[in-house]
Amino acid sequence: MSNKPKVSGFMNYLRKERIPTIFCAGCGNGTVINTFFNAMEMAELSLDNISMVSGIGCSSRIPGYIKCDSLHTTHGRPIAFATGVKLGNPDMDVVVFTGDGDAAAIGGNHLIHAARRNLDLTVICVNNSIYGMTGGQISPTSPKGSFASTTPYGALEAPFDLAKLVSGAGATYVSRWTTVHPLPLSNAIKKGLQNKGFSFIEVISQCPTYFGRKNRMRSAVEMMKYMKTHSVVKKKAKKMSEEELEGKIILGDFVNRNWPEFSEMLCEQVNEKSEKGLIDAIKSAYKTDL
Amino acid sequence: MIKIDQNLCKGCDICTEFCRKNVYEPSKTLNRKGVYLPVPVNIEECKKCNLCAILCPDLAITVEEDHE
Amino acid sequence: MNITRFFIQGNEACARGAIKAGCKFFAGYPITPSTEVAEDAAIILPKEGGTFIQMEDEISALGAVIGAAWAGVKGMTATSGPGFSLMQEHIGYAAMTETPLVIVDVQRGSPSTAQPTMASQSDMMQARWGSHGDYEIIALVPSSVQECFDFTVEAFNLAEKYRVPVIVLSDEIIGHMREKINIPDKVEIIARKMPEEGPETFLPYKAEPDGVSPMPPFGAGYKIHVTGLTHDERGYPDASNPETHTKLVKRLCNKILNHRGELTRVKELYTEDADIIVVSYGAPSRSAITAVKNAREKGIKAGHIKLEIVWPFPEEIIRSAAQQASDIIVAEMNLGQMVYEVERVVKSDAEVSLLPKIGGQIHRPEEFLEMIYKCQK
Repeated sequence: MSNKPKVSGFMNYLRKERIPTIFCAGCGNGTVINTFFNAMEMAELSLDNISMVSGIGCSSRIPGYIKCDSLHTTHGRPIAFATGVKLGNPDMDVVVFTGDGDAAAIGGNHLIHAARRNLDLTVICVNNSIYGMTGGQISPTSPKGSFASTTPYGALEAPFDLAKLVSGAGATYVSRWTTVHPLPLSNAIKKGLQNKGFSFIEVISQCPTYFGRKNRMRSAVEMMKYMKTHSVVKKKAKKMSEEELEGKIILGDFVNRNWPEFSEMLCEQVNEKSEKGLIDAIKSAYKTDL
Repeated sequence: MIKIDQNLCKGCDICTEFCRKNVYEPSKTLNRKGVYLPVPVNIEECKKCNLCAILCPDLAITVEEDHE
Repeated sequence: MNITRFFIQGNEACARGAIKAGCKFFAGYPITPSTEVAEDAAIILPKEGGTFIQMEDEISALGAVIGAAWAGVKGMTATSGPGFSLMQEHIGYAAMTETPLVIVDVQRGSPSTAQPTMASQSDMMQARWGSHGDYEIIALVPSSVQECFDFTVEAFNLAEKYRVPVIVLSDEIIGHMREKINIPDKVEIIARKMPEEGPETFLPYKAEPDGVSPMPPFGAGYKIHVTGLTHDERGYPDASNPETHTKLVKRLCNKILNHRGELTRVKELYTEDADIIVVSYGAPSRSAITAVKNAREKGIKAGHIKLEIVWPFPEEIIRSAAQQASDIIVAEMNLGQMVYEVERVVKSDAEVSLLPKIGGQIHRPEEFLEMIYKCQK
């Protein structure tokens, strides 16, 4: 395999004193960490220039294990904080780790607005269809009929299709993969990191502890096998009927387009209006002579 | 050479189940952390594709290149 | 130093004070009666090389300001009651993570959406206790357009010095009032402290003796972790450890409380020999001062204390006032908030009475005089 990941070096990217992680055995978060490092290397980016922002939930704990500047914020709001980080220093590569509850329920508004602005952020949403940190409650992406501690008789609500939602809101790169597809997922994250604009990578992941246990899939392996057999790449999905696609996870790039990016336009405007330009504002909190 | 970090492995079996060459088998006994570690019993089959390592949620697997 | 005179609104003065103090980032959301702060910032900031963004709500506005602070830029937001309520979670986050920033809260009639175009002082306790948990902030209350400028500058400097969110508690009257003010070319600016130690040994949450740590920006090689969870000196979560939590939260409070002296700012008038002292802050101070002067003309030993920094509360000043005067009148545009602080400090040393006012109007001097006469009897 030509693009074989050099996983053994990934340990150097971690805050070693903090591992093992708090994640349950078989949780998909660790696989997402590996694919991120693989993508970062492929995109030739460095943790020296990456700021990670996350909200609240299991996947939002990811940046805490990575040796980079990391902001572990409030529930649902990481994209708002990330907006400030990016505009405060547009030279930084800003990555957001979030989950389905964080990004799609409490933080849904920030998600669609950052996508609308096409702000240069790479948002990696680990979607495990459940609230893991609080003990297995239903989420806005849980499939209809699925069980959770707050839907003991089955969920009645229709789930969000996050990739479609964010595409519609104006993101310029949107892709969906699962934890069973680490190499295409790495490639999607790489494309997201390289895209100058709002990138959204939805990772369908397994929560064996809560989603699995409540929905008759007892192990991470069983859940991953389910994801593998129930996913269809976009190209193939196009040829399938709605009935055939029922219950299937559609994978691939949903959007990949070149639209003007917000921070770049804002910088241009500031440079036009001011003598000093935005570059003078960078790290200006440390200056007394302005 | 495949190294499994005893301190990191949580025994989820993902490597065992997803290795295309069936290199791993779960050990018969629990380690001191209460985990059935994966054992690379069919090491000669390993193609060093690193799939197990990138899937491993706990960064517990190191697949080393052979130095000739 | 050159000084230029302007005839502007209190809200505009806040925006200009911020920019003079080094603010390069404003994230806001429109709300009456604070919107002019954002509008003025939107005009001026880009000319000064700064960025303005209108966010999707007040929650994200304060979130973005916190993000910008960690990127190394001084930032602010402005809002009013309902928006201030939405910001409370992030005020707590900023207090916990020791993120310097400034919020201008132009108070309006409340609760709920109540009176968007009318003044009140109904967010005084919310500024102190609005977010959950034990924490300390600093709050200043301007009573003129000049003070809107001066106190916003001060707010930025205090935010940096103590690494806390600082709140300017303005109100609709002061915010929309136009007065002549002096704006100097340059103001004294306190810069954020960079660590002297390198990234290998620096502990981001190990405070210096004054309780405050230097704060490196993201992208400077320190690779720090910032979290609202209880964290150790490295910044790493240690949420179930009672010792770590106690030590952290006590330090967050004490870095303000141990500097009460430096953080006491009041203006006293005729208090040396006063029997009756009126305590007020913000807009009502204007009519209170007129009333106290009138009382003096009538031979009544009245005095006035105008609180400028309300949080931390100036306990010493009020305590000594109570030891001298027989009566203390607390005037506020609410049904009684700061009066609880005055009562707490005064105990039985003096008689404390409240002169409340709601509905959106300021107290008239006659109302103060009437209360002063009552106390005389």
